[in-house]
Amino acid sequence: MSALPSRSDPSPLDDAGPGDEPLIHAKALTKKFGSYVAVDGVDFAVQRGEVFGFLGPNGAGKTTTMRMIACVSPITDGELRILGMDPRHHGPAIRARLGVVPQEDNLDTELTVWDNLVIYGRYFGLPSGVIRERAAELLAFAHLEDRRDSRVDPLSGGMKRRLTIARALINKPDLVLLDEPTTGLDPQARHLLWERLYRLKREGVTQVLTTHYMDEAEQLCDRLVIMDEGRIVAEGSPRELIERHSTREVLELRFALPDEQDAALPHLEGIGERVEPLAERVLVYADDGDAALAQVTDRGVRPHSALVRRGSLEDVFLRLTGRSLDE
Amino acid sequence: MSDLVAGADDAVAGRRRRPGPLVPMLRVTEREARIWTRYWQTSLLSGVLTPLMFLGAMGIGLGGLVDDARGPVDGVDYLAFVTPGILAATAMQAAAGNSLWPVMGGIKWEKQFHAAAATPISPGQVFGGYLLWGAARTALNATLFVAIAALLGGVPSPWGVAAVPAAVLGYVAFAAPITAYAALQDSDVTFPLIMRLAIVPMFLFSGTFFPVRQLPDWLEPLARVSPLWHAVELCRGATTGSLGALAALGHVAFLLVVIGLGCRWSVRAFHARLAG
Ligand SMILES: Nc1ncnc2c1ncn2[C@@H]1O[C@H](COP(=O)(O)OP(=O)(O)OP(=O)(O)O)[C@@H](O)[C@H]1O
Ligand SMILES: [Mg+2]
Repeated sequence: MSALPSRSDPSPLDDAGPGDEPLIHAKALTKKFGSYVAVDGVDFAVQRGEVFGFLGPNGAGKTTTMRMIACVSPITDGELRILGMDPRHHGPAIRARLGVVPQEDNLDTELTVWDNLVIYGRYFGLPSGVIRERAAELLAFAHLEDRRDSRVDPLSGGMKRRLTIARALINKPDLVLLDEPTTGLDPQARHLLWERLYRLKREGVTQVLTTHYMDEAEQLCDRLVIMDEGRIVAEGSPRELIERHSTREVLELRFALPDEQDAALPHLEGIGERVEPLAERVLVYADDGDAALAQVTDRGVRPHSALVRRGSLEDVFLRLTGRSLDE
Repeated sequence: MSDLVAGADDAVAGRRRRPGPLVPMLRVTEREARIWTRYWQTSLLSGVLTPLMFLGAMGIGLGGLVDDARGPVDGVDYLAFVTPGILAATAMQAAAGNSLWPVMGGIKWEKQFHAAAATPISPGQVFGGYLLWGAARTALNATLFVAIAALLGGVPSPWGVAAVPAAVLGYVAFAAPITAYAALQDSDVTFPLIMRLAIVPMFLFSGTFFPVRQLPDWLEPLARVSPLWHAVELCRGATTGSLGALAALGHVAFLLVVIGLGCRWSVRAFHARLAG
């Protein structure tokens, strides 16, 4: 038996109609706070079993979108269907089938690790026997067996995050929403968490996650949208997006002084597909980075350092918005 | 247990029933109860001992002087007069204590109310479940207090048992609106002021320790619109067995109106905060 929630087979409760209807369907979805438009008419669909990502900088509207999907924030305009239902009328029924990992942990600090799982199970109305069984499985899933009776406060950031994820799985959700699952974690804790999310994916659990880490999006997402200022600026698999909007390789040139960079720019014209000067470095988009570097040297330009790397979502974002993700 | 089951779950799908609004609410109450089981001794001790100390100091200590110097107050000795006052005032204080900082904590600090609202439980039910827990604890504390006060001679009438629901009514009449207020604040800076400028004066001047007619003429009407005065009158009517049905109905009606408005305000506030 699988230790983890997975609901790849359609359940008798599915009012989702035909099996190919997406789990989430958004059309011209809009959210305004007063006159401020936080989400500005976005369209997307999430299919059963996939990991779908929202990649975007701070304030892009990722959390706002996630909260609408989680049925804790009414939509201002447009259409939203989740699990075949309308959140305006079926909020509780939809929430019963979601697992939510919010951007900020909201674990119950007055309860132990174990009781956090148990009480959450009760919130979903599960019988105690079922809860105990699942809580034990989820504790193992989260690598927290030896912290069973610990309070939440002394746990590390990574442990809290894993507990929050475990808690979100107590009801065997059809759909798990993860808002910035690894922000603020150290690399090791991040990798452990990714590994847990892979495992969920293998078990067929549909996941929607937000991130402003391009490596996270590349690692985890089957498909993603890039969001900026409340709009979706591109959509596709990480590979498609990179192919469409970047080159196979990117040559990064750094100069000792800003003046040197300015002086070098005219000499770089025509190398690769595109040359993109940034504050601290110059990016040369080229399918063959080494060949581009050879051209640079041939033209007598002497950068302080040069690095050839593969094209990434960072480049896609830069291309589409003219800004880098961490700006 | 199985009739509490709802939600989308393979294990229980076959027996799934749509729960009424009360069932999700009770799950929030259950969380509070589970925490309480860890410190119930201290909770009971402070919830019952504190009013008993007031009873000892005011009812027996001060009461001895009052009875010697002045004779009965409103037809009863001072201990019997002050017992229901302390009962209702304690319920009010508990309401303020449970509805200010802990509510802000649930919404802004620890955010456990948000966690609950991400489940099938609605914001209004989160509020209801929390309110219900406070009411249940008040019922328990009040029962113990009334029983002990009766042993000490502070409850002359068998109607005294009705003082327990009266105290609970008083609790809710404060908890509901204070919860709404706390839920809507962005910080707790005003909370100490509420305690000092609203709760403490009501505690002292709502007929708790002396009849409101002792107050200056201009203050008396003010005391009579305080929900605490209505709760005290109701409790006192019960413990002394002296309240007419019509007066009792009036006090109950007043408190119910406050409760109705307070709950409406709170449900709206919780919706705005947890599902805005
Ligand atoms: N309740 C609210 N009231 C007013 N404005 C809001 C509210 N919630 C979000 N916003 C605004 O909407 C915009 C989008 O916010 P959102 O939290 O969705 O961004 P995000 O993509 O999740 O960003 P981050 O990466 O920082 O989490 C921001 O400008 C934010 O200030
Ligand atoms: Mg966010």
